[in-house]
Amino acid sequence: MNVPWYELVSLIPLIGALLLWRPMETGKARFICILLAGITLILAIGLELLAVPVNTTWIGLLFHQDLVHIDEFSRPLLPLTALIYFSTLLATVGHKAKNFSFSGALLGESLTLLTFSTDVLWLMVVLQCLSVIPIWFELRSRGRSTRVYTIHQVLFVFCLVLGGWLHTPNSVPSMSLSVSLLTIAVLIRSGAFPFHVWRIDLFEKATFGSAILFVSPMMGAYICLRWVLPSEPDWALHAISILSLATAVYAASMALVQNDGRRFYCYLFLSHASLVLVGLELATPIGIAGALSMWVSVGVALTSFGITMRCIEARIGRIDLGNYYGLYNHMPTMAAFFLLTGLASVGFPCTIGFVAGELLTESVIAYSPWIGCLVVLATTLNGIAVMRAYFRVFTGTKHVTSIPMRSQPEEMFAIIAMTLIILGGGLYPQPGVESRYRAAVHLLENYQRIPHPSGHADPQAQHSIPADRSASEL
Amino acid sequence: MIDFLGYLVIGCPILTLLVLSLTGLFQQPLPSIAVDRLTKTNVAIGLLASIGILIWMLWTGNRIRVLDLGNMVDINEEHLHFHLEFIFDRLSVPMILMSFVLIGVIGSFANIYLQADSGYHRFFLCFSVFLVGLIFAFLAGTIETLFVGWELVGLSSALLIAYFHERPAPVQNGLRVWAVYRVADAAFLAAAIAMHHQYGQGEFAKMTGSGVWPEGVSTLDPWTSFLFGILLLIAAAGKSGLIPFSGWLPRAMEGPTPSSAVFYGALSIHLGAYLLLRISPIFAESIMLRVIVVLLGASTAIVAAAISRVQTDVKSALAYSSVCQVGIIVMEIGFGWWYLALIHMIGHAFLRSLQLLRAPTLLRDYRSLENAIGGRLAHQPSPEISADAHSLSSRWYRFALERGYMDAMIDLYVVRPFCNLFHYFTRLEDRWMQFLSGETPVIREHYPTRGSNSVSDPVITASPGANRQ
Repeated sequence: MNVPWYELVSLIPLIGALLLWRPMETGKARFICILLAGITLILAIGLELLAVPVNTTWIGLLFHQDLVHIDEFSRPLLPLTALIYFSTLLATVGHKAKNFSFSGALLGESLTLLTFSTDVLWLMVVLQCLSVIPIWFELRSRGRSTRVYTIHQVLFVFCLVLGGWLHTPNSVPSMSLSVSLLTIAVLIRSGAFPFHVWRIDLFEKATFGSAILFVSPMMGAYICLRWVLPSEPDWALHAISILSLATAVYAASMALVQNDGRRFYCYLFLSHASLVLVGLELATPIGIAGALSMWVSVGVALTSFGITMRCIEARIGRIDLGNYYGLYNHMPTMAAFFLLTGLASVGFPCTIGFVAGELLTESVIAYSPWIGCLVVLATTLNGIAVMRAYFRVFTGTKHVTSIPMRSQPEEMFAIIAMTLIILGGGLYPQPGVESRYRAAVHLLENYQRIPHPSGHADPQAQHSIPADRSASEL
Repeated sequence: MIDFLGYLVIGCPILTLLVLSLTGLFQQPLPSIAVDRLTKTNVAIGLLASIGILIWMLWTGNRIRVLDLGNMVDINEEHLHFHLEFIFDRLSVPMILMSFVLIGVIGSFANIYLQADSGYHRFFLCFSVFLVGLIFAFLAGTIETLFVGWELVGLSSALLIAYFHERPAPVQNGLRVWAVYRVADAAFLAAAIAMHHQYGQGEFAKMTGSGVWPEGVSTLDPWTSFLFGILLLIAAAGKSGLIPFSGWLPRAMEGPTPSSAVFYGALSIHLGAYLLLRISPIFAESIMLRVIVVLLGASTAIVAAAISRVQTDVKSALAYSSVCQVGIIVMEIGFGWWYLALIHMIGHAFLRSLQLLRAPTLLRDYRSLENAIGGRLAHQPSPEISADAHSLSSRWYRFALERGYMDAMIDLYVVRPFCNLFHYFTRLEDRWMQFLSGETPVIREHYPTRGSNSVSDPVITASPGANRQ
């Protein structure tokens, strides 16, 4: 019997979550959590580097079908997710560690990895429904109103479950309704306008770390690519694309005028996540390749940016961008990292986001030059917003304190590792871009959405199902 | 051999940047003497290599050498390539020679000027970023290579303007300059992507023809030439402080004197004009584009000349004088006098650097001169301004004193409505969340209410020249 390597990647954090369920001393819980997240990361990277094939294992046989489906598209998402969780957990120091739910984080990691390891609809629906629960408990335990979060997530779960249930390729009306419901679920989960307020609420009320971990893997985009894109008619693709683009520009503009640090980050993330959706919905190889590259870039750069903001929060409390903090002299490395990650997220040259941004913008310009201008506008606004935040947090005054604010060794490790990834991905982008392009072509071939020479998808392919899936899987 | 020299020209600035950034990342900053030696050595090697290339060009009569570093990204199926290519030709070689000379001189000056300053390492790190950006921009053979350099120059400039970062004014001005640069970058990016969309690659030769500069003949039709030209003209206007973006230049003087000299008096301000020179063959294809270039240059020169004459501090006066000269250079480019523009640019860069470096000791220089000649220096009498507030001279004087109202108009018609609109949306979202959650938001933001003037956004309130050092 084959060793279930890919299942192990998802199950190690789950075991950790169960271990940490009972109350435990914070330092010990943190150590176990980081250890297990580290093992998960090493395993995920090892599987990616060694290109270990996905085989049928005893876990799959339990359910009489292959639950694990990892292809060119989802393969790098496993190490990316493991990296996001590991670096966030590693940088959870000081009083942040006391308020942080380590078991919840590991449970979230497990659910996310499981979702990325499958394309079976019912399993994805179950996992996604489960994934919204830990955050709800966290909000409740903090004594904050959960209504905004609950309303949106209930609607998300309703649309997802009903959309999944109606997803029967034999019936066109049922399929149309299913796609519409799944589209709404994607828009809610991605925080597209006007469903974005739950994200702001989440960032305000949950711990910063939990909020980052919940939004960073971009689960909405994953559902979209797996279950909406294959069956979506072109008009719906364009509608979502335009709505996502409007969200990207709106969120970028909002990020520029925010004074609350978490809100600023939330809008910044929202703007970039929406750009990913824009690229996906273009349904062209270059558009999807750009979106997938940006997915990775946002996952690395913006998560690192959030981690940096969280480290600063751990020292000075909630960040008010209406004030100057002048922290540069106390934490120069953190300042440089803040700037690097922020600029990487907006596609600054020589960083991981540069080529991703260029590909995405190019594909959008090919679709419509005017819409392409809006992508450029969103990027421009985000760039100004990042620099404004940098100046507000690190400059403008002399910060006087008797408390040492230098980076901790764990933070330094995370900073150096992420810096190398961001610059490495920027200076040598070919392998990453090539892999994402192959994944895009593979997806479009599977979904029979091979574009015409004009750049638009094949209308005959509407309401089709992925070619490599049998009806029984559905 | 010649390729080896080319690699040295590009590699030396990169080596400086690598050493300074890695030592900073690992929190092991080099002693200032090591920083000084590293910078000087690499600049000297880069300069010697550039001279070597110039001699080779003169000796062999070969007017172009292309250093092809291959594709950064290559998607063959889509015919999409991000090509890294450097060109040594009659335009780029004089520019890099000038850059190495000026940067070497000003690096030596800064080593003394900023010695023992807490920001010494930060300055030299930004300095090396700037040098790399400049070399990439001047030698770029493709639009994406130029874009890399363009962005690095912009970033280092903004950070150096905010060099004295313990006071809000330099920081506000740094942000303002960054915002202007981002607008210029957006236009540049749009042009770069439009070019990729058109040709699948970004070689300038595709746009300007394969001939050696300036003999290339553009292959574009007039309409495409006009479109690319306008986008790149906006980018150049932002970078070179042409109207309506001239307001950033006096703000840039917030930085330390060496950076003002090298970045805004000499090199950075000419980057826009250099871009126009690089794409100059496309001007031949569109007469309308040439007219716009000439008009933009002329209006910038006239307005900047007027403004520079009423400035009360020497650095602002020099800044607007620089803008005036750049306006004239742009006019020359529009008229097709490309060699004249190139010579003008190099001469102006050296002169302005010298003036800016001497600016902090201007009064002492005056005193020395007066002591030497044994009397007062002759002062030019101030021109008469009519007492009538509505007279043309009074209006013109006020216009110049208010720096052409350019920053005020951008604030009034762009920044303030933008901020007000999105503050309004923020309040709407607050109310919506309050309605949904049934609780008052814990975080209350201090957004200005309608009609209030207490907008605290730095993009609006930054004041040029405040708290200058």
